[in-house]
Amino acid sequence: MSKLVFQEKSPTQSALGGLYESLSRRTQASPVGNCPLDVCASYLRMCRAQSCGKCVPCRIGLSTLSNLLDKIAEGEGDESTLELLENTASVIADTADCAIGYEAADSVLQALSGFRDDFISHLKKGVCSASFSSVPCVSRCPAHVDIPGYIALAREGRYADAVRLIRKDNPFPGVCGLVCEHPCEESCRRTMVDAPVNIRAIKRFAVDMAGQVPVPACASSTGKTVAVVGGGPSGLTAAYYLSLMGHKVTVFEKRKRLGGMLRYGIPAYRLPDAYLDADISRILSTGIKVNMGMNIGKDMTLTQLKHDYDSVYISIGAHGDNKLEVDGEDGKGVFSAVEMLSHIGDGGAFDLTGKSVVVIGGGNVAMDVTRTSLRCGAKSVKCVYRRRIDDMTAMAEEVDGAMAEGAEILPLAAPVKILLDEQENVKGLLIQPQMISVYDRGRPKPIAAKTEPEVVSCDVVIVAIGQSIQSKTFEKEGIPAKWGKFLTNNDASLGEGVFAGGDCVFGPETVIRAIEAGKVAARNMDTYLGFHHEITADVEIPAPAAKRTLPCGRVNNDERQAGERKNDFALMEKPLRIEEAVQECSRCLCCDHYGMGSMKEGRCHSW
Amino acid sequence: MVTITINGRVLEVHEGSTILEAARSNGIDIPTLCHWKGINEIGACRVCVVEVEGCSNLPAACVTNVADGMVIHTSSPRVVSARRVNAQLILSRHNCHCPSCVRNGNCALQTLSASLNITANPFPEKQIKNRFDAGDSPLIRDDDKCIQCMRCVSCCEKVQTLGIWQLNGSGGRTNIAIKNGVKITRSDCSFCGQCITHCPTGALRARDDTAKAIAALKDHNKTIIVQVAPAVRATWGENLGLDPEVATVGRLVAALHTMGFPYVFDTNFTADLTIMEEGSEFVARMQDGKKHKYPLFTSCCPGWVRFLKGQYPQLTDDLSTAKSPQQMFGTVAKTYLPLLLDKKPEDIYCVSIMPCIAKKRESVLPVMKDAGVGQDVDLVLTTRELVRMIKAFQIDVPSLPEEHFDSPLGEATGAGVIFGATGGVMEAALRSAHYLLTGKNPDPDAFAFARGSNGWRSFTADIAGVQVRGAVASGLGNARKLIEAILAGKVRYDFVEIMACPGGCAGGGGQPIAFGEERAADRADTLYELDKKAPKRFSHENPAVQKAYAHYFKHPLSEEAHRLLHTDHHAWEMPF
Repeated sequence: MSKLVFQEKSPTQSALGGLYESLSRRTQASPVGNCPLDVCASYLRMCRAQSCGKCVPCRIGLSTLSNLLDKIAEGEGDESTLELLENTASVIADTADCAIGYEAADSVLQALSGFRDDFISHLKKGVCSASFSSVPCVSRCPAHVDIPGYIALAREGRYADAVRLIRKDNPFPGVCGLVCEHPCEESCRRTMVDAPVNIRAIKRFAVDMAGQVPVPACASSTGKTVAVVGGGPSGLTAAYYLSLMGHKVTVFEKRKRLGGMLRYGIPAYRLPDAYLDADISRILSTGIKVNMGMNIGKDMTLTQLKHDYDSVYISIGAHGDNKLEVDGEDGKGVFSAVEMLSHIGDGGAFDLTGKSVVVIGGGNVAMDVTRTSLRCGAKSVKCVYRRRIDDMTAMAEEVDGAMAEGAEILPLAAPVKILLDEQENVKGLLIQPQMISVYDRGRPKPIAAKTEPEVVSCDVVIVAIGQSIQSKTFEKEGIPAKWGKFLTNNDASLGEGVFAGGDCVFGPETVIRAIEAGKVAARNMDTYLGFHHEITADVEIPAPAAKRTLPCGRVNNDERQAGERKNDFALMEKPLRIEEAVQECSRCLCCDHYGMGSMKEGRCHSW
Repeated sequence: MVTITINGRVLEVHEGSTILEAARSNGIDIPTLCHWKGINEIGACRVCVVEVEGCSNLPAACVTNVADGMVIHTSSPRVVSARRVNAQLILSRHNCHCPSCVRNGNCALQTLSASLNITANPFPEKQIKNRFDAGDSPLIRDDDKCIQCMRCVSCCEKVQTLGIWQLNGSGGRTNIAIKNGVKITRSDCSFCGQCITHCPTGALRARDDTAKAIAALKDHNKTIIVQVAPAVRATWGENLGLDPEVATVGRLVAALHTMGFPYVFDTNFTADLTIMEEGSEFVARMQDGKKHKYPLFTSCCPGWVRFLKGQYPQLTDDLSTAKSPQQMFGTVAKTYLPLLLDKKPEDIYCVSIMPCIAKKRESVLPVMKDAGVGQDVDLVLTTRELVRMIKAFQIDVPSLPEEHFDSPLGEATGAGVIFGATGGVMEAALRSAHYLLTGKNPDPDAFAFARGSNGWRSFTADIAGVQVRGAVASGLGNARKLIEAILAGKVRYDFVEIMACPGGCAGGGGQPIAFGEERAADRADTLYELDKKAPKRFSHENPAVQKAYAHYFKHPLSEEAHRLLHTDHHAWEMPF
């Protein structure tokens, strides 16, 4: 036998590799609301299988832990069983020789602190807090859009019905078809087979194909009046549903145009005005009155508004900008992301021809600004970020897209000061190189590397490190807030008929969460006004496909070539071709029909 | 219509029908356990799986729609062995001690297992721990017999809209438990028993009180009397394998005599008495000159009374104060009857045979002891318990002679018989209300429009120019819809009859179980047939009732009647 041989994968290893891959996809698509003890016990069994068997704590201890967990899950034992579990886990965490043991034990300790009540309720009452959400995409969507429903409709070519069904829960189908962050796809059960369904692309396809789809008729007039402060996605969502419910709605918007961050935050190459305007005009067609250029708190007080209207919804968004707090920030050529994007949103020019631009930040807005700068003619664009590229909060495809368009990412670089010339013009950014270090509050923390600061030469610095809420005037009129966020109840109410939602309550969030807030507010404002209107869509959903389908790749949207698209603001993403859309629809596993969907909440016909 | 092929037969079937419907409508049976049309179409048990050509797996016939050109095999070797494995898996979690199970011989799982030729199980039996705390509940759940078909969950949520049962946990330990983990007697359960009659196994059952009945029969210090509810006579032969012509009221009386009950009386007598009291209460309410916002609701059904008190306590004052026929009987049996029999009230032991579980609970209400010698009704047996006693006493029913109910509380009218069907109380009340208002009898079938199987029926009855707006509902989901409509001001009625069980007592939770069938309508027909043939069809013409008023209760709504035949619905609280 030779001393050294090639390492080849055995058939067992290959098969196991497939199993691990399935496990990872399955974990990703974990349904919401499983029995936490059962999940924890199953996880421990996996850990146990990974143990080499050398050391006592891991070899015997992990088995013991999973047996104890099973016992508790079965409702056997008492407080002392829980104590035994906790002590044993602590000892394993303290004495195991390697991560296979101590990390597993740590998970049990985390479970005990994370859902101790569940352990106790299993022991004492045999009752589990689990509440299995039947349709993963619908339960993950903050607005609970009937996703399997509209996919089935799109599959049958009933595009207008698909749009009608979407509008039952979300009056921005066009916008969301392009820019929704699609949390629905995160737990898509199709992931267990291959990869999540490209839900957002199907939505866009249905909207593109449907053409003009009129909104439903409004309920008969209630005689009640509602004021909505702020015409962004949340305000307009609330306005739309309240108007459908028969209330007389007036939207107050201080800017020149409606749309909020959809217009003033998201660049047109991701969301062209045509899409936004189409959704808004449909929303307004329910009979909503718009009062433009009206700044509540300045042109008119909230108190006055409360007096004049039966109920008020505050949805002012988060349009302030966070400052970097470094020297040179007031120099010529330093802008905030909000400043830049909202100027462009109003139709203004932002000429960066021939300029070297540095963008500071790592979120989606930083990427928007980076790519917008390229489209404004910048000679070069560098995005400076304190952590690693992997740590950026921007969606991976945004980062990749920016790089493909020629932007450079400078990771592990903390801004120290903005360097100015004698005329106060920006001439560069001084950065302190960082190294990534230990975790702090769930994220790895960067610390200063033991090396000298470096200069990044540039003419323009754009700061994109988060937005703030311009809440002061409202706070003065008695609206409670913390860190600028309005402190509402979870039904959006603030008392006295005043409600609030969206970014001004959550902090900067996604469009679909803003829509969720508007929907929640509309429901509860209607109740507050003394009504119980129901929002429905009179659309019959086709029967599901009966076949179990074989694994099939997910169709991703094509984008226009990077070298071409970076020169203009036209929509970057290409639509699905019809055969791609049909295939993607056929990948839907119809969880509204199969599995728990047939038992409960398979479909919420009205709200 | 679409064309499909099942087991080689080319068939034209309705588009949109399931494979199960298509097969069954063509005489091809597919076994099911969890399936309940319109209520529980969840494809959970997977014993109805079939092979569909071109489909890689075996879909469930109950939830898979036919498509044009579909080629289906409902009993291929692959299908049969798959069904066997799934049935064996179910059996591995089921307490299979069939000989001592109340559903022995009437269990869908047992039938399935036999039909699939299961004679052994490769999977070790491991049942979940029985955690149900029955206490003194008349409804009992044996967790270890539950196959989690979810029929009870769907029944309570969709049919009865109480949602007492819910899924608890997830994964391998999923089980069915009471919402919020409370004891059943602390829940809003109406004790309608519909979950029991729709359970495929013995997981849900009524408390068995037959041993108490036998003990009472052995006690010679007591005079044991038994009352038989109207709806029992339409169903008692079903699970004895008797034809309706054999399972007559006369033989039912004879069977009870054979067991040793010396006095067999008819609850129809107090049904007639109820009409006198409730009918007079209604007429008085019509004539009191007050504007009543809500209608008078009947109070015969204890499941309904529990529902109203639990869900709409604000309507308690609109419930008729008349006791249910069972409870009126109990009071009469321990006040008026002892005078006639020359017995001491405390020596009477009153048994009822009811199509109902809620009656068991009603009999132990703290207020139901107006005769002053303990509970007015001592023991309530369901129709199923009666049937089991007939079996236990080895009574050969066909050889029994037809016998009459005993006097003096055995006389009744056709108006009393129809209490057992939805709309019957309303119809009987209108017959006598007509007499009370006009002094003349109407055509006995004049108010037959109250009959029917729609869950909620409305009508206006013209009684000598007085327009009575009435409604009849059965099933608590329908009751809820009706009440919501009343509260929202969408409908207005003067008199409303509600029965908790769909179809009324004919479909009662204590009735014989015919898995997968809804027999209430057929059973109601039997009752209407009895009414049609009855010599007297008006409650006010019942001579025994007339005599009871003349000798004891004076007249409807008299002081005595109020004390003994009416009750205070506020005197107890839900949950009870």
